Amino acid sequence: MDNPLDRILKQYPNTRRDNLLPLLQDIHDSLGYLSEESIIKVSQHLSLPSSKVYGVATFFDQFHFEPQAHFVIRICSGTSCHLSGSAEIMDEFKKTLNIRPGQTTRDGVFRLEEVPCLGACGLSPIVEVNGESHTGFSVQQIADLVEACKENVA
Amino acid sequence: MDFEIEVNNRKITAHQGETILSALHRNGIQVPTLCHMENFTPTGACRMCMVEVEGKSDLIPACSHPVEEWMKLKTHSPRVVKARKTIVELLLANHPDDCLFCVRNNNCELQTLAAELNVRERRFPGKKEKHKIDPSSTSIFRDPEKCILCGRCVRVCEETIGVSTVDFIGRGHSTIIGPTFNKSLNLSNCINCGQCIRACPTGALHEKSHFPELQEALHNPDIQVVVQYSPSIPVTLAEEFGMKAGKDINGILNGILRKIGFDKIFDTAFAADLYTVELAAELQQRIDSDEQLPLFTSDCPGWVKYVEQFRQNLLPNISHCKSPQQMMGTLIKQHYAKEAGISPDKIYSVSLMPCTAKKFEAQREEMTHKGISEVDAVLTTRELAAFIKLNGIDVSDIETEFSDKPYGEKSSAGKIYGVSGGVTESVMRTLYYKNMGRELTPKKVKKARGSKGQREGSLKMKNLELHYAIINGMGHAKELLDEIEKGESKYHFIEVMACPGGCVNGGGQPIDSRKEDIKARGKELYKIDDQSSINRAHRNPHLDSLYENLLEAPRSEISSRLLHTTYKKRDVLP
Amino acid sequence: MEKTLSDTYKDILINEVLNNPDKKFNDNTNNLLSALRRDTIDRPVIFVGKGSCGVIAGANGTYDAVKEYISARSINAELLEVGCGGFCAAEPVVEVQLPGRSRIAFQQVMADQVDHFLDQIFNNILDREKAVAQYRNQYHEPWEGIPFLDELPFFAHQKRIVLDQCGLINPERIEDYIAREGYQAFIKTIRNYTAEYLCSLVEESQLRGRGGGGFPAGKKWRSALKTASDKKYVICNADESDPGAFMDRSIMEGNPHRLIEGIAIAAYAIDASKAYIYTKAEYSLALYRLENAIQQAKEFGLLGEDIFESGFNLNIEIRKSAGAFVCGEETALISTIEGRRGMPSPKPPYPSEKGLFGKPTIVNNVETLANVPAIIHNGPQWFNRIGTETSKGTKLFSLTGKVKHTGLIEVEMGTSLQDIIDKIGGGIRNDKEVKAIHLGGPTGSTIPPQHFDTPVCFEALKKVNTLMGSGGMVILDEDSCMVDMAKFFMDFIRKESCGKCIPCREGTLRIHEILENITRRPEHESGHQTLERFKGVMQLEGLAEVIRDTSLCGLGKTAPSPVLSTMKWFRHEYEEHIFDRKCKAGVCKQLRSFYIDVDKCTGCMICAKKCPVNAIIGSEKKPHFIIDEKCIGCGICLDVCKFNAVYVK
Repeated sequence: MDNPLDRILKQYPNTRRDNLLPLLQDIHDSLGYLSEESIIKVSQHLSLPSSKVYGVATFFDQFHFEPQAHFVIRICSGTSCHLSGSAEIMDEFKKTLNIRPGQTTRDGVFRLEEVPCLGACGLSPIVEVNGESHTGFSVQQIADLVEACKENVA
Repeated sequence: MDFEIEVNNRKITAHQGETILSALHRNGIQVPTLCHMENFTPTGACRMCMVEVEGKSDLIPACSHPVEEWMKLKTHSPRVVKARKTIVELLLANHPDDCLFCVRNNNCELQTLAAELNVRERRFPGKKEKHKIDPSSTSIFRDPEKCILCGRCVRVCEETIGVSTVDFIGRGHSTIIGPTFNKSLNLSNCINCGQCIRACPTGALHEKSHFPELQEALHNPDIQVVVQYSPSIPVTLAEEFGMKAGKDINGILNGILRKIGFDKIFDTAFAADLYTVELAAELQQRIDSDEQLPLFTSDCPGWVKYVEQFRQNLLPNISHCKSPQQMMGTLIKQHYAKEAGISPDKIYSVSLMPCTAKKFEAQREEMTHKGISEVDAVLTTRELAAFIKLNGIDVSDIETEFSDKPYGEKSSAGKIYGVSGGVTESVMRTLYYKNMGRELTPKKVKKARGSKGQREGSLKMKNLELHYAIINGMGHAKELLDEIEKGESKYHFIEVMACPGGCVNGGGQPIDSRKEDIKARGKELYKIDDQSSINRAHRNPHLDSLYENLLEAPRSEISSRLLHTTYKKRDVLP
Repeated sequence: MEKTLSDTYKDILINEVLNNPDKKFNDNTNNLLSALRRDTIDRPVIFVGKGSCGVIAGANGTYDAVKEYISARSINAELLEVGCGGFCAAEPVVEVQLPGRSRIAFQQVMADQVDHFLDQIFNNILDREKAVAQYRNQYHEPWEGIPFLDELPFFAHQKRIVLDQCGLINPERIEDYIAREGYQAFIKTIRNYTAEYLCSLVEESQLRGRGGGGFPAGKKWRSALKTASDKKYVICNADESDPGAFMDRSIMEGNPHRLIEGIAIAAYAIDASKAYIYTKAEYSLALYRLENAIQQAKEFGLLGEDIFESGFNLNIEIRKSAGAFVCGEETALISTIEGRRGMPSPKPPYPSEKGLFGKPTIVNNVETLANVPAIIHNGPQWFNRIGTETSKGTKLFSLTGKVKHTGLIEVEMGTSLQDIIDKIGGGIRNDKEVKAIHLGGPTGSTIPPQHFDTPVCFEALKKVNTLMGSGGMVILDEDSCMVDMAKFFMDFIRKESCGKCIPCREGTLRIHEILENITRRPEHESGHQTLERFKGVMQLEGLAEVIRDTSLCGLGKTAPSPVLSTMKWFRHEYEEHIFDRKCKAGVCKQLRSFYIDVDKCTGCMICAKKCPVNAIIGSEKKPHFIIDEKCIGCGICLDVCKFNAVYVK
């Protein structure tokens, strides 16, 4: 029972359908993404068709279906951040990393995400790297940030 | 309780608790729909049925909103029509412009609506979503770009068939409908029943077709093309040519097929008789030895694949008999070929079926012999109609003809295979005779008939009371199968048809079949049974001579070799 | 570490305070309550504002530094976390209360400043630059020359009912809440009221749903109460997904027990024994504090079986939303809790008749439920004396955008929009001209200055074609482009549309496309394409109306609001974009025109070399010139010019 997936499933002895989302969320938190194996196991556990599990999982922004990148860069695109130029920051990140939001760089180092609102509108624009917020972010900081992350991985 | 509501300034009667749409339809007022399905809870997705209700600022969906006593409705006010038209235009803005090349040209709900709403210009030019086609399945072709996300296929697959191969994937405008992980259909748990095709309003789902090969074979002088048709075909085909539903045109069909150029015409109902006799013998044997009961039927290929995927411990309970289509295929390539002195590889065997899963069945490994398939091509009812038109046949000008010997004669018990419960009825008639030495009278097995999702009955023979059950539409199978897997079942024999109603409502039948049409087809089959003088499989004289000349006896060594098959476990996604 | 709750302590609160109908306390109890309210303290108390906004601004570092400071110097002081007081621009906020003195708030106390800051205050020296305001308290001696909190314009024009304890009390301790009369309303309810009577109280208070629609809460409850069923549910909708809104989060972080009490009362009103709080997975702090609060409420017997021997049972479960805007819609939310895709379903049937698992369910917003304890505590008449004729009580807004003071505010219904901008917001930053207020997030509407006298009131706002919304309020100034705003919101909605109904799924996609076309520079466009583009623009209004008329859920019905409202009030901006190909605010980048100042240009030729379309001509050492027809508006010339010779018009 070393498999973390089985361990999580064991915590859900109740197999009613309304456990589906909490279960997927726990697995996602633990693995960082939803593997095909995990979708299949969840559907067996809850006796739900796998198409339904996959259908539910793909409906929500929270779930990813590929292994997580080292650095997840989330750019707030809330109204306040938009007014402070978050679109420009996003464009620059796209150019620098050569990926679109929702994608991971081929080396698995960076993933770019657009988030609706991080809830600190007084401090916009906000860029979050692995959960750490950079407030009042500007386009000029991008190159350094990316470099620092790369060094960290190396 | 009934009350009156006002629609377009006229009073109509409405029943308490019904939806606006049902009241309108009953009173002959047509409101367009795309996502609506009779007997399903409304989803309210397409917004085509919007009507204007006095006193309400928004338009109201007729499909889901209950009627209320005070209501004054407008079903075709300028505001409503504009809204409907805009919705259709929005769909068209994201729809491939290839109506002329589409399998559903002239039979497409979206196309019809666009015409009815007088859409005459492209008001919303813009990007269209790009998706890959999925030609992987043997039976069903998927073209997600033509999908309008009405969700009808999803619901049929889940609620009617109980398989849920497909669901919505993703969100918003990039949503598509597909199997788990959006993998191709051949890797999925699809049982190929084809009900989704019947549910689809557009050309997003249609059957895989084999016209070119068939035409090639028909025009190749070295090849003899032999055709068989299922019991439902002659009572359905008429509809595709504008005739009344349920009209039996068996004789005309024979004439048509000869005119097209088929060399031999056999009736699958003959093989159904053979199936009955073999199945009855198998059932008898299992009851005698009290092993592997209940015995399940094996003639529905959708059901067989379902068991291979999801109920693998029930595999030993499935009858070893090949389905009538494959029995006939074997006879054609093994027996008829020899009799006629033709090499099996010079015979092209075609079957006309109301079913898309039969396409899958025909190419199963177990259904080939020395690399030669028993059935080379399967055409659905819809394809047959198209093929007749392709060959320029004027259906109104055909003389009735007979099918060919030796497999053209059938009992009417083989004929009722087309309706859910028919197999059971035929098997009971024969089994009774074998046990009691006299015929079951009256021949009608009442409890096997009807439209309920699950039916059951019993038959008393000497000291045995045989219990049988019928699953009519696989959406009704779960509970019973769970019971059986737990070993808590009294049944000896269970017939399963994936499609509710049986083959007359198969996935290969005309797209726009209405409930009354399907009923009429079944009724006609029972009428044929009532009027026929040979109405028991074991009374089929040609069957007797087949056993005499070739098969010796039911479940003999040779009959087992030719007519019986095996199943395998299929590992697919749950 | 702080003192853990001893059992006697708990017993007093349960038996003497909660279980005491006439509220006459002995000295011992009074002393405990007074200490818990921090009216009387025997050692300094330091409060660090740890709401999400504070944390993002660095409050965790500040908190740790304070803790380090106290322990390193073995100072006998109490360190507490509190929620957000609403003044987001001041974060991280640290408040200090010395024995006998007023509690005083300091702004922007960063971790590295903590040592110096505390050195000063413990020596009774005030850092007057950081000191913002002090709390009024009859028992405490005020600091001289520091305004009281209620004197600050930001707070003076607010009326705090829901937020009255946010930022004041420790949200992680139930005893702080109980000491301020917490859970008294709930106990009163289950002891004295029938569900029927409770519904009539709430009806009498005229409380309306704060999620946006303004449906009378009491009416909704009564409908669920009337529907017979073996099981009923309460769902607290805390899936706050409007970008720029954080009212719910602040309540959950700042005073979770208030919400739990509100939910408990609502559950009693419809006879539900199970409630769900559905909130965003990203709200980790709110989630933690809610879990903690539920746990404490259980320990105090306020949740669970046979609550205070009333026979009433209630369990509250938290469900995390997995990120989909549409799940704020009640039927979609219900689907999600059931483990289905969050797609709305048609109403009727309404959730109060057939909701979660097919049972009667009420779905109420956080703010609505947080109002309930105060209504029960003070009586419905107290509540319906506040506000306007049709809209009672207060309304929370998260005030963002171009005002000087952004943050979370609570105003009495009837307060004018102008007052919110000028008095609470302190006017527009950098002396710019205000252009509009956008209310209600991505599916909300824009109000132009000529209607700023409109009061905050459901009906009055409807008169200017606006819905109250859940509380997002964005102030826009002259630098904002209204077409760009509409495009921004349509982009959001297009991505967040669930995809179920056709008008919303396909329609928002097309509206966004049309707006893209308006704000795009027509490069290499043929005459036919221009025609197509214009045709799109002509469809905009009609299309928006059909989406509003026919969409399945509230999201779809309101989806075109940003477009319809900006087109109504700022039509000239659209026309400018379409006909003149200009964006006055300079926001729509592709419509910018670039010019070279001949006096500044040295003819270094860098811009000409970098221009991707060779739109810049000129010879060496001579001023260059930009050919407008060729220019694609990329702005590279502006970036590369070392002499500031390139300018935008």
